[in-house]
Amino acid sequence: MKLKQLAKYVVLGLFTFLSLYPIFLMFMSSFKTRKEITSSPLALPKSFKFDNFVDVWHKVNFSEYLLNSIIVSVASVLVILLISSMAAFYLARFKFRWNGAVLFFFMLGLMLPMKLAISPLYMQMMKLHMLDSLQGLIVVYVAGHISFAVFLFYGFFSTLPKDLDQSARIDGCNNFQVYYKIVVPLMRPAMATVAITDLIKVWNDFFYPLIFIKTTEKGTIPLGMLSLFGEFDTQWNLLFSGLTLSSLPMIIAFLFASRQFIEGLTAGAVKS
Amino acid sequence: MRGLSSKHMIHLFLLPALVFYVGFMIYPIGSALLNSFYSWKGLLRGDFIGIDNFVRLFTESPYKETFNRALWHNVLIFLVLIPVKLVVAYALALLINSKLKGKEFFKTVFFLPKLLSVIVIGYLFSLILNPTYGALNTALKAVGLSSLARPWLGDPDTALLSVILIDGWAEFGFAVLIFLVGLQSISGEIYDAAKIDRAEGLTLLFRITVPLSLPSIMIMTILTFISAFESFELIYAMQGTSGGPYYSTDVLALFFYRLMFGTAGGGDSIGLGSALAVVLLLLISGATAISMFLFRRKEVDY
Repeated sequence: MKLKQLAKYVVLGLFTFLSLYPIFLMFMSSFKTRKEITSSPLALPKSFKFDNFVDVWHKVNFSEYLLNSIIVSVASVLVILLISSMAAFYLARFKFRWNGAVLFFFMLGLMLPMKLAISPLYMQMMKLHMLDSLQGLIVVYVAGHISFAVFLFYGFFSTLPKDLDQSARIDGCNNFQVYYKIVVPLMRPAMATVAITDLIKVWNDFFYPLIFIKTTEKGTIPLGMLSLFGEFDTQWNLLFSGLTLSSLPMIIAFLFASRQFIEGLTAGAVKS
Repeated sequence: MRGLSSKHMIHLFLLPALVFYVGFMIYPIGSALLNSFYSWKGLLRGDFIGIDNFVRLFTESPYKETFNRALWHNVLIFLVLIPVKLVVAYALALLINSKLKGKEFFKTVFFLPKLLSVIVIGYLFSLILNPTYGALNTALKAVGLSSLARPWLGDPDTALLSVILIDGWAEFGFAVLIFLVGLQSISGEIYDAAKIDRAEGLTLLFRITVPLSLPSIMIMTILTFISAFESFELIYAMQGTSGGPYYSTDVLALFFYRLMFGTAGGGDSIGLGSALAVVLLLLISGATAISMFLFRRKEVDY
């Protein structure tokens, strides 16, 4: 029995190493000098100086990329949460005869790869004057993530007992009150899941910025990496520290929120 | 009167999502479908030409060869990712779900790679796998395995597998979390009941745990298939727009990108690109629909 426990830890330990080591290597390499990286790629840095980070920050206008990424991600996630939870509430709690069809219509989006519509989207954005703008990106991200959010929220509703919103209605709440007083608080675990999944996707996406954004000042962080690797491809110290810098916000955010996230995923709000 | 207006107000819950979804997802995809049946001169749509674009894509050189090769690579990606993202991740989820200390730690750590942008992952591993200065070959040489050291991404024999495994590295933690959610939703009473019936070990696993995890297994299968056929960013970052070396990592989405925004196909390439988009759409949507249908029939009630 003890041996079995030990074997579990060995397997999990191995995968822990596999997951962490490349990231660890990225962090360590970003403190090294250009020469250190090429002469001894695996060694720890001789000293922990922040020169590389300062260098990258200025050379690729990192602060601008950071700000743009924050605006786009936060705005997209908030809109997705709001409109998808409303739609799922409508579909799960009201029995209009078209609800089944509407749900199916939203589910279609799970199978439709939006990126394949990139050329019509490009022309559409051009007509709406949203090309090369952050709004354009936000609109695309919202549209592309609605299906997943509705799917998840709708599934979540089927685990929620209806008694709660029915008793609220008996107490005189109208539908909007039921939504924000009863449903939204109960939905927090599902919302955390959607928020974090979408936040990661939007923050890290570089396909749409690659196509839509032309001006450097409007780029997001992944686009910044593209220009970093295009310009300084032989200066590995800058490359590694750029990669570290661009990953840090997400990793820090996750380490702070991971507990809430994992709790959100695991602990159902109401057990029927 | 009040009753009537609030009765109609309720549709406002659905409206915003529907507007965004139809306007910026369904409409552009519909346009992409239509565009494939027209001839194109640059960005200008010409005459309706039926299925000519499709015929050219499937029968004309060099499109035919590029298409077949890229399609095969997409299939390979799916076939290799299934064991990584389903079997390995499910096994890890079972381990974490069992009696164990440090569950939170393992979940956090496994999920960590997923937090990096695909472009960061691509660039990071192209540095790690660099033939001369990269960490992997250096490590292999240090432990006396220099015969194994090779230009992983520069060799057509190893490039695709390397890219797929890197994708698996980034994605398996998310799969573990999805499976854990499924596993944790199985109520303890079922296990208690099964134990009364003296079910143990593997019987318990294959009779109870796996069937009751089918919804999460279904979701992961679909997501894996979709991501395999949408593969673009990682290969773009690591191997360039033509899926080097010598197209050994070329996939359909890259070919599509070259037709739409690159040099492949010349002046009428948007028609060909749109046709390819339709093929990809049918592949992804078709397979997804089939798997949803199959899994639905096997879904277990409890």
